[in-house]
Amino acid sequence: MKKALLLGASSDIAEACANVFAQKGFEIVLAARNAERLQPLAQDLRIKYQTETSLREFDAADPASHASFASSASDADVVLLFFGYLGDHQKALHDSEEAKKIMQINYLSAVSVLSEFANLFEKRGSGAILAVSSVAGERGRQSNYFYGSAKAGLTAFLSGLRNRLHPHVHVATVKPGFVNTKMVEGLPLPAPLTAEPMQAAQSIYDAFRKKKNTVYTLPVWRLIMFVIRSIPEPLFKRMSL
Amino acid sequence: MLTNWNLYPKINVQTATPRFLQDLTRNTKLPRTFIARGLGRSYGDASLAPKVLATERLNKILRFNQDTGVLQCQAGVSLDDILKLTVPKGWFLPVTPGTKFITVGGAIASNVHGKNHHVSQSFGSHLLQIEIIDDARRMHACSPEENRELFEATCGGMGLTGIIYSATMQLIPIETAYIRQTTLQASNIRHFFELFEKFQHSTYSVGWIDCLKKGKSAGRGALMVGEHAAASEIKKKNLLRLHRPPKLRIPFTFPSFVLNGWSIRLFNFLFFHKTPKKKTGLEHYEPFFYPLDKILEWNKMYGKKGFIQYQFVLPLKNKEGIIEILEKISQSGQGSFLAVLKLFGKQEQGILSFPTEGYTLALDFPIKKGLFQLLDELDALVEKHEGRLYLAKDARMKKEFFQSSYSSLPRFLKALKKTNSKGKFKSMLSERLGLDQEEAAAFLAKISEEKKELQH
Repeated sequence: MKKALLLGASSDIAEACANVFAQKGFEIVLAARNAERLQPLAQDLRIKYQTETSLREFDAADPASHASFASSASDADVVLLFFGYLGDHQKALHDSEEAKKIMQINYLSAVSVLSEFANLFEKRGSGAILAVSSVAGERGRQSNYFYGSAKAGLTAFLSGLRNRLHPHVHVATVKPGFVNTKMVEGLPLPAPLTAEPMQAAQSIYDAFRKKKNTVYTLPVWRLIMFVIRSIPEPLFKRMSL
Repeated sequence: MLTNWNLYPKINVQTATPRFLQDLTRNTKLPRTFIARGLGRSYGDASLAPKVLATERLNKILRFNQDTGVLQCQAGVSLDDILKLTVPKGWFLPVTPGTKFITVGGAIASNVHGKNHHVSQSFGSHLLQIEIIDDARRMHACSPEENRELFEATCGGMGLTGIIYSATMQLIPIETAYIRQTTLQASNIRHFFELFEKFQHSTYSVGWIDCLKKGKSAGRGALMVGEHAAASEIKKKNLLRLHRPPKLRIPFTFPSFVLNGWSIRLFNFLFFHKTPKKKTGLEHYEPFFYPLDKILEWNKMYGKKGFIQYQFVLPLKNKEGIIEILEKISQSGQGSFLAVLKLFGKQEQGILSFPTEGYTLALDFPIKKGLFQLLDELDALVEKHEGRLYLAKDARMKKEFFQSSYSSLPRFLKALKKTNSKGKFKSMLSERLGLDQEEAAAFLAKISEEKKELQH
């Protein structure tokens, strides 16, 4: 049975993904901080899909622990990275701790743990890495450039990693766009541009199966981001985005 | 803006959506007062409040034993989720209302009933245990054996005893996913009563009434009775075929003028002619239990002002009262899409449960001028015949009518003190009907006052 390891498994997209991969016959390892919170999810997956499911304690914010974590979880066939931290952009403007935290979780921690798995998978000559980045990383905007720049870094990292590990290990960059999750709870998101976690999970499974390089959950986001990237900087800097 | 299935009332709410048990029991911030809310399928204000706690992400199945049919799940699991898991394995819900898009928590809070109430009572009667979180964020297990008063108060307690976290239930075994259904024409309401009583040993029974018929044929309709079909009756390959996802969706809210006497007549006509002409037939459980689940968001057909589903029960000895109530409705000219008649059996479980041995009738009324006046008049008739209204479908009943019609109210209020002493769990319904401790103290004092007077 193939094994999928979910890093940051307490997120809503991770939960949906666990369902999709379990349904396809994967053994599921849920890795998160306070992993015991995920016991009910593990039970649910076992009952619904008769699949092996286990919990692993994993702290994204503690990169020192990542090497030993990865070597103890090296039997995974697919590693999926879900953790992220939106943070409070306004706070980060004046609070360097908040700014650092955004950069730490979204970039440094992701790079740290994925580098470990990249080395292990390269040595083994097989595996897949799928990581949730963000459309926010495609262009810095005044409203969320701490988060955006960290995700831009992650996107560039994944692109380089994909280049390095091709053809034996596939690396996919997932840009879900707006998804109705805990991260954006209470924000007024436009319904036609907002996906459900299950749609994001389907697009991630699709990226895995068809070895896609970059996926947007809702196709419209590819167009939106093309437009946003195409706006000339002299004009863009005057816009309030 | 948030509203329940009947689109009335609509209020601005803040929603908290916990993901984990620890969000409920530990120090994650919860609002000072709130009400738990499932899929919003009640018709009224039972799960509405300025702050609501959505249970939709507490939707995990915790335990299922295929040999015994015992299932434990978090309260946000829907009946749809349960059926998807258990039907292929030969287990069915012991009690189900007319939609599968409700949560287990909601089914408990409203202590819902189904077409088999006369033999199986309501949802709570099949629970082996409930886990509930009180206003001090402590978890209590309760069951018919353990913490019994909390259990009895929680079943039908409209979410006021605390946050229902999980439930353990006993499912029923089925050989097939099919129902052997018999349809009988009832020429008027008295004929209906005869048929119900004649078929009281059938597992499932429900009647549809055409409310626009007057005079001698008032209460004309069709009675449907059914039994789970045995494997030997079915010549299909997949005996335990699961229901399919809904196909149709009402795309937008209909303008109010769409619903008039003619459109209702047409709807009733089509509905009756859609029911199988042959008297007996095999039908999958989906059209038998959940005919409207095929059409997503059918509630939008009533227009954006919404509708009231008026459901009352009259004790058996006063069943003739239904004739008077039907006449009143007929005179008013305020039609109803669907009128559902059902004979309830005895109800022993759940302090504030709606069912009582007798007849229950449910009707839909689109909201328009004069409706609330009419409903107050219907309340007076229901009260006269010693009946009461279903809280899960109430958005407008007066406190005085509620207090006089639910005689077990003092016992319920006493039970509330244990887990909700300061009114942490509170809904628009509980405020409207005086289901809080302050009101309770006043109400209980009034009752003891009256008792004293009687003794003198």
